[in-house]
Amino acid sequence: MKNNAYIKGLKAAFPRSLPVMAGYVVLGTGFGILLAAKGYSPWWALLMSVTIFAGSMQYVGVDLLASGASVISAALMTLMVNARHLFYGISMIDKYKDMGPRKWYAMFGLTDETYSLLCSDYEPPKDVRKSDYIFFLTLLNQCYWIIGSVIGSVIGNTVKFNSAGVDFSMTALFVVIFVEQWEKAESRLPAVMGLAVSLICLLVFGAENFLIPSMICIALGLFLFRKKLKGGAADD
Amino acid sequence: MIDAGHSLILIAVMSVITIALRVLPFLVFTKNTPKAVMYLGDVLPYSIIAMLVVYCLKNVDVLSGSHGIPEAVSVLLVILLHKWRHNTLLSILVGTICYMLLIRLWF
Repeated sequence: MKNNAYIKGLKAAFPRSLPVMAGYVVLGTGFGILLAAKGYSPWWALLMSVTIFAGSMQYVGVDLLASGASVISAALMTLMVNARHLFYGISMIDKYKDMGPRKWYAMFGLTDETYSLLCSDYEPPKDVRKSDYIFFLTLLNQCYWIIGSVIGSVIGNTVKFNSAGVDFSMTALFVVIFVEQWEKAESRLPAVMGLAVSLICLLVFGAENFLIPSMICIALGLFLFRKKLKGGAADD
Repeated sequence: MIDAGHSLILIAVMSVITIALRVLPFLVFTKNTPKAVMYLGDVLPYSIIAMLVVYCLKNVDVLSGSHGIPEAVSVLLVILLHKWRHNTLLSILVGTICYMLLIRLWF
């Protein structure tokens, strides 16, 4: 009977995961091609997508690997790029409450996309256990991501083409996210400050060393402007 | 690839920190989330994405070579296309193809 319950959960999760499938397969393929262009085999793409499972971070990760970044800068970069996940968790504490051991996998796989699906008002049908639904939704999404990145990596490693400029897909990805945030942000100050601080730090410290000072100045700046920004309202 | 051993260590670091960030709230903030944490959660993503855009373009040299024109044109195209269609995959694909063509044909 237990198997039957799992299948019901899978059946409820699959149609909900379809929009993510399209995005993850394509973005994953881009990541795989990028990683292959730096000389890494599909096994590396598989390893990263299984153990990290974070889109933007894996794009940045390609750069970190290829440039032989230090452990400290990789750690700080991960901390800054993925800090938002702290807040995803906060809003899922209640939803994940009764999941049992599968909760650990659901927490690990809480990406932007899975989060946004779980944030919607959708409720699985009554005969589907919520924990099965959440578990399979997370698992399906990671499968799409893994499939995409391995396909991309295999393409990049076998089809010999002049891949110069493929790196721009990472720039384009972040520009797209920037535009979307720009349109929906209540205050544009954090975005403008991030841009200005990073540019100044780039000029002052140079391309190889500007990230860490940028991160520190951004964090300090955000607290400095705390009263001015919307979040300052939390003080009331 | 520079060094497989070092690459493995970097992947482990990225993995452990990502997992820690995802799991930590479930272990720590069961009741009250500190206001400072909530505040950073609100505003940090905006600043960090802006920083990542700069990070992607960090090696562009405005003074020599192609003067950053292929990058500027392609970024502008991504912005306009995305404002118009709001289709993430389309914007990334067209922007990247535009860039790959520009650096081959004109610069």
